[in-house]
Amino acid sequence: MAQIAFSNLRKSYGKTEVIHGVDTHINDGELIVIVGPSGCGKSTLLRMVAGLETVTSGEIRIDGRVVNDLEPRERDIAMVFQNYALYPHMSVFDNMAYGLKIAKVPQAEIRERVAVAAKMLELEPFLERKPRQLSGGQRQRVAMGRAIVRKPAVFLFDEPLSNLDAKLRVQMRVEIKTLQRRLGVTSLYVTHDQVEAMTLADRIIVMNGGVAEQIGTPLAVYEKPATTFVGGFIGSPPMNFLSVERLQGSGLAASFGEAAPTLAKTVGVRPEHLSFCGEGQAAWSGELVIVEALGAETLAHVRLDDGEVIIVRLDGGRTAPVGESRVHVTCEADKLHFFGTDEKRID
Amino acid sequence: MQKRVVFNNRLLPYALLAPQILVTAVFFFWPAGQAIYQSAFIPDPFGLKSQFVGFGNFEFLFSDPYYLASFQTTAVFSAAVTLLSMGAALWLAVMADRIIKGSGAYRTLLIWPYAVAPAIAGVLWLFMFNPNVGLVAWYLNAIGYDWNHVLNDGEAMGLVVVASAWRQISYNFLFFLAGLQAIPRSVIEAAAIDGASFWKRFWTIVFPLLSPTTFFLLVVNIVYAFFETFGVIHTITGGGPQQATTILVYKVYADGFVGQDLGSSAAQSVVLLVVVGLLTVVQFRYVERKVHY
Repeated sequence: MAQIAFSNLRKSYGKTEVIHGVDTHINDGELIVIVGPSGCGKSTLLRMVAGLETVTSGEIRIDGRVVNDLEPRERDIAMVFQNYALYPHMSVFDNMAYGLKIAKVPQAEIRERVAVAAKMLELEPFLERKPRQLSGGQRQRVAMGRAIVRKPAVFLFDEPLSNLDAKLRVQMRVEIKTLQRRLGVTSLYVTHDQVEAMTLADRIIVMNGGVAEQIGTPLAVYEKPATTFVGGFIGSPPMNFLSVERLQGSGLAASFGEAAPTLAKTVGVRPEHLSFCGEGQAAWSGELVIVEALGAETLAHVRLDDGEVIIVRLDGGRTAPVGESRVHVTCEADKLHFFGTDEKRID
Repeated sequence: MQKRVVFNNRLLPYALLAPQILVTAVFFFWPAGQAIYQSAFIPDPFGLKSQFVGFGNFEFLFSDPYYLASFQTTAVFSAAVTLLSMGAALWLAVMADRIIKGSGAYRTLLIWPYAVAPAIAGVLWLFMFNPNVGLVAWYLNAIGYDWNHVLNDGEAMGLVVVASAWRQISYNFLFFLAGLQAIPRSVIEAAAIDGASFWKRFWTIVFPLLSPTTFFLLVVNIVYAFFETFGVIHTITGGGPQQATTILVYKVYADGFVGQDLGSSAAQSVVLLVVVGLLTVVQFRYVERKVHY
């Protein structure tokens, strides 16, 4: 159990700075998901917490103690790697017991702690097997078991589910969440999958280009994205972005007038807040390009008159106006998000 | 899809195999057959005719204290060469693996000695340690150590071991380095997070994962020490002093080509063949079991 704090945390490789000052405070028992596209610095940030990468400047504190210059083993952390990083020459039992043996925990206690973790993770039948004799999901569990038995202050997860198939990923996601709740250990979880981020996190850190663009609860991030990047990254299908001029020229500018701050350059609107309407109420008009019926929802792609394509999400079963290639789209004024020229949100 | 290649012409596969079979036959089977054949004969002192003696040569060999001593010399020599060359190579590889800047230069330099022919390597070491003109011998003398491998058994053995191992270090280094780099980084990192220090990680994770490489090198190095060190021994000590560095393969040469006792030499070749065969079988049967692939 621990709190973690980053203050103005930076990382450079030579002259290239890859993390440009991250500040945040993580509470005891929180599950924080760091999400972002490849190369945004999220794994580097995690590895800095683990002690596998050096800190260029700024501070990482775990429970108030600055850990910048501590060896990984002195930080009281456990990490689950993307490729599991199991010791291939050791049995499942030995994999889980390795850290305890090094910490010189008595034999009896090692056996007990491994047994408890194995029971929790349903690994009991496999304790004598080698990692290569296990399936992907089982290996994943062993990797988690190895983290659990040490009872660390912090869990670090580096894209732990990305090597699993889609079905297993959903199942393991739930297991990780349940386990984390049960153990109440402060956790940092890195992923590029925004669905994983939304479902797992107590709070999300959205990273882009080495900067933490937004830190907040999943719903806060979803409902009030701080930047256009966050709006586009979180949510599937992503938020639609249009220029404010188009809104003003839509003929319905009057009804949006109050909501449209004068400084705004871009307006963002989520696909589920758009709906088809008659020509009279139309905010935008365009041509229906394609309709994707996914069962629970239907996605209509509309090419607006000036060529931009927006996505309208409809409830499942409902299809977009068929036969009518010309469609009109509207939205409630309070569902619009405005962003300035610096891509930042304007309220 | 067929996994095996099928030839329409029945002769083509044989034709394709012929060069290799021919080489093996001429350079291995024929000499080996000759050795077995000749080991049953004793030629007269002038080499004009030879007399069939059955296992006589072998009986004589195994009652010859010099030959039995040569067995012991070979055991000591090959164990020392293998241990020294593998130990040093592993240490260098572990160090080179940690270096980030300029690792290419280190690697190239460490691989160089392998390009030196055995006889030349031998002469290099001989010049350094020659009791009369050798630089190292001179310095040793200066600090009060009277180095003379021409007279001292232990020093002679030490010198041929070092010279033989030196060359093989490069070869072992290459394999160890490749082996080290094949170990996933995250496994080492996981061990670091699990609390293992560098040496603890080395002995509990890295070394076990290197075991296939180590086993392969063990076999190769023992064979090297048995056969390919002839050049080094021949140039440095010529098997002396008092046969102190006469390993089995050197004795085959010394008795056969210098001593002109071809029957005994042939019998020694056969013994050597059997010994190496046994060693390899033992290695694969017993050592390989402890290897984690």
